[in-house]
Amino acid sequence: MDRVIEVYKKAASERKTLGFWIYLMTDIVLFATLFATYAVLRDSTFGGPAGKDLFDLPSVLIETFALLTSSFTVGLALLAGTRGKRGETVFWLLVTAALGVLFLTLELSEFGRFVAAGASWQRSGFLSAFFTLVGTHGAHITVGLIWMLVMIGRLIHSNKPTDLGRLALLSLFWHFLDIVWIFIFTFVYLFGVIS
Amino acid sequence: MNENVNKRYWSYVIGFVVSIILTLTSYTLVQKHLLPMAGLVATIVVLAVAQLVTQLIFFLHLGEEKGARWKLMTFVFALIMVVIVVGGSVWVMYHLNYNMMHMTPSQEKTYMQDNEGL
Repeated sequence: MDRVIEVYKKAASERKTLGFWIYLMTDIVLFATLFATYAVLRDSTFGGPAGKDLFDLPSVLIETFALLTSSFTVGLALLAGTRGKRGETVFWLLVTAALGVLFLTLELSEFGRFVAAGASWQRSGFLSAFFTLVGTHGAHITVGLIWMLVMIGRLIHSNKPTDLGRLALLSLFWHFLDIVWIFIFTFVYLFGVIS
Repeated sequence: MNENVNKRYWSYVIGFVVSIILTLTSYTLVQKHLLPMAGLVATIVVLAVAQLVTQLIFFLHLGEEKGARWKLMTFVFALIMVVIVVGGSVWVMYHLNYNMMHMTPSQEKTYMQDNEGL
């Protein structure tokens, strides 16, 4: 009987993972539309500043490394969860959240710098597309951070050793956001500086 | 079980190190302008795609499913959508732009005065 329950539980968890995966795939399509908009509008600066005048690559590189490292540490959190180590899982999730906050802080200070320089989303088509694309990614990061804090709270308070199913979905989401960022880094920032 | 965890651990480490190398390479290429324009653009696109593949394999463990590969199938479908949406938009809008005028407000004013008498 226990074995049957185990098998059903495993199948249910696999269905949840697949459902969440399909959500991520639709999110890819959302980002694709925003990337397409950006690609079309990137030269429409309307006499205003272009990417080359605005982007500060060293700061963007730090953002990139913060997010990349957090994608690594969320994997370590999942591994610690698989081994049933609750304390270690919470520790790596806290590290991941701290790196996520660092990323978001750098991004928001960049946005603040642009707006202060008169380059807000109202300035040109290029800037509207830029803020929509990068801002949507930042909004996803914010949601991921809230999820992570809820996850940490659940891990601390629940008496189950770990909440593996949810943790696996959270790590999936977080890895996905880092992959989207690779393309923002390349197509927005690097391309912006070279052309 | 333990062996499996160990394997996973090394897969994250490899993915992380390779991603760092790829990111630093494209960053350095751009900052130091090490290649001519066309080569530079092509190289950093290839590096980004390489990093996508790296993270799909080592972080998301895509391709490890057994049986019907639903994750892989939905991913391929999403990729096709990306190519159609992004490629199609850029293609269509490039041709539209080609047939229209690109001007700043002051250029537009001069143009209207010189050519349209406005």
